[in-house]
Amino acid sequence: MENLLITILLTSIPILLAGLGELVTEKSGVLNLGVEGMMLCGAVAALGSVLIFGNPYIGILFGAVAGILISTVFSFFTITLMTNQVATGLGLTIFATALTGLIGEPFVGKTAASLPKLEIIFLSDIPYLGKILFSNDILVYFAIFLIFFIHFGFQNTKIGIIIRAVGDNHDSAHSIGYSVKLVRWISTSFGGMCAGMGGAYIPLALTPHWSEGMTAGKGWIALALVVFASWMPIRLLIGALIFGGITILQFVAQARGWDVPSQFLNMLPYLTTILALALISFKLRNNNYAPACLGKHFLGNK
Amino acid sequence: MYKNFLKIITFLSILVSPFLFTSAYAKTKVGFVYLTTPGDHGWTYAHELGKQMVKKEFGNNVEISIVENVPEGPDATRVIRELAKQGNQIIFTTSFGYMEPTLKVAKEFPNVKFEHMTGYKRTKNVATGNIRFYEGRYVQGVVAGLMTKTNKIGYIGAYPISEVIMGINAFAQGLRSVNKKATISVIWANTWYDPVKEADAAKVHIAEGADILAQHTDSPAMLQIAEKNGALGFGQSTDMSAFAPKAQLFASVNNWGPYYIKKIKQLKDGKWNTGDGPDHWSGNTWGGLSTNMLTLSKFSNMPTDVAKKAQAAHDGIKSGKLKIFAGPLKTNDGKEIIGAGKTLDDGALWGMNYYLEGVTGKVPK
Repeated sequence: MENLLITILLTSIPILLAGLGELVTEKSGVLNLGVEGMMLCGAVAALGSVLIFGNPYIGILFGAVAGILISTVFSFFTITLMTNQVATGLGLTIFATALTGLIGEPFVGKTAASLPKLEIIFLSDIPYLGKILFSNDILVYFAIFLIFFIHFGFQNTKIGIIIRAVGDNHDSAHSIGYSVKLVRWISTSFGGMCAGMGGAYIPLALTPHWSEGMTAGKGWIALALVVFASWMPIRLLIGALIFGGITILQFVAQARGWDVPSQFLNMLPYLTTILALALISFKLRNNNYAPACLGKHFLGNK
Repeated sequence: MYKNFLKIITFLSILVSPFLFTSAYAKTKVGFVYLTTPGDHGWTYAHELGKQMVKKEFGNNVEISIVENVPEGPDATRVIRELAKQGNQIIFTTSFGYMEPTLKVAKEFPNVKFEHMTGYKRTKNVATGNIRFYEGRYVQGVVAGLMTKTNKIGYIGAYPISEVIMGINAFAQGLRSVNKKATISVIWANTWYDPVKEADAAKVHIAEGADILAQHTDSPAMLQIAEKNGALGFGQSTDMSAFAPKAQLFASVNNWGPYYIKKIKQLKDGKWNTGDGPDHWSGNTWGGLSTNMLTLSKFSNMPTDVAKKAQAAHDGIKSGKLKIFAGPLKTNDGKEIIGAGKTLDDGALWGMNYYLEGVTGKVPK
């Protein structure tokens, strides 16, 4: 049981990281559908750099930088040139899928070093919980830290409130002197960094390989998760664990011989995504969780 | 570098092929369609090794074109057609999912010979090739039965098709020949190659208590997870000990070279045909340990008496003395398949849609 819970936790880390990044991006009013593509860039950069330098921590760094770089392409098009965000985001994913396939070709079939487990003294000795929560690799701790960092940041810091203001009403934010475009550039880059790290986590911790399109839809799930979590970081954690759980459940069901078709179980994560989106959109009609300026261009002169 | 070189060769051969047509050439043009790149270190890599044996055997008398990373489906049709247009005389399509695309293109090019692996549909110019993978899996079962401490074996299958199911059943026969208490649980990955999924499935097997893992998918991911978690397992298609030196017990190694060489020789001698029967059965090559199309890599990470028993099983299958599917055979829900003294024939193997005793769960419908 312990091992299963650890597996579920680790499986949800990529979507959690990517989801947290996208949450910040969307809070500033930018809808970046390129999460899947940014994750792939992070994955290929991480694996490539680990193969070259031999150190998995370098892989995290390269994954994050790759995510930032590819997200600036998106920022340049949508924020500076004001192209359509949906089309540009989709384009980014399609482009990145092919690009990473090309870059990744020499890495196919090579094995990279994995992130080591860091046991936290005393805490890792707690029965059950210690093994599940406190003897993981650095990105797990980072992801959990990030949840609280973002939650606290949006509630209590000036920067967080500026980002929210820009996302909710860019004209007002502009009129009191904030640079809407700059805030959006930074938020999108933050999203790119997180997606890159989420992608990097797959070859660094889950399976030490590169294969083309290895994120296999995790980016799309992360996107849906942001809506599912109604733009709240702590709900995002719950959502990510549910999705991680379902992904693993489909294998557990088979291993235990439950009489459910495996194709149906394969479909479950996506089915849950659709259901979650449908339920949320019912609820969304009369609330104001979503940033009011999400996906809208800022036409101001700054 | 090498891969790029191959790509350039393929590209150049597209460019020059019209000129080659005009001159009389003694070279046999051979095409290969690969599912992934040889870098998968599994299925496609085994085909790549076979191709290299062809090159060694015929030298300058063959001209080889390869297309890598061809998805199963409409893209495959396009690629196979292109290879046929370029004047390749024999085209080896090396994945199950190329079956319909191969048949489709074969109809358009009646003078080109096609060899499809590993399907079951043949026509006048489409032959099929396959390896009796299940023979190696019986030996895996023997080793698993002797090595397991938890009596739980985790098996990762690609798709619930008869080729994979007969492998699971052969494994179960081997397992139960030495250990009646051990059981096999199966997880279907619904893909031939996806290291993330294969790794997830392996983790779940281990979390559920399995200490020996077996796979009918293509990447070394399962063995790497086994290595990390102190479990043991078997390599697929090629020797994967480099990925899991402490976990791999042995690998069933696919040896396609002799089959390729035989078929190209037949073509050169004008003897290539698939026979006249409605099923074109004589166009089917299905070799195993006895014809060296399947070999086993070195036995490792096991005591010598286990290795001896594995070797004995291997020798028995190779000489034909040991019949894997000899009666009495019962399904895992108690239905009798055949009684004592009888043996399943090849046709019955291809009709397998049930698990034998020793496997838990049901075959997905």
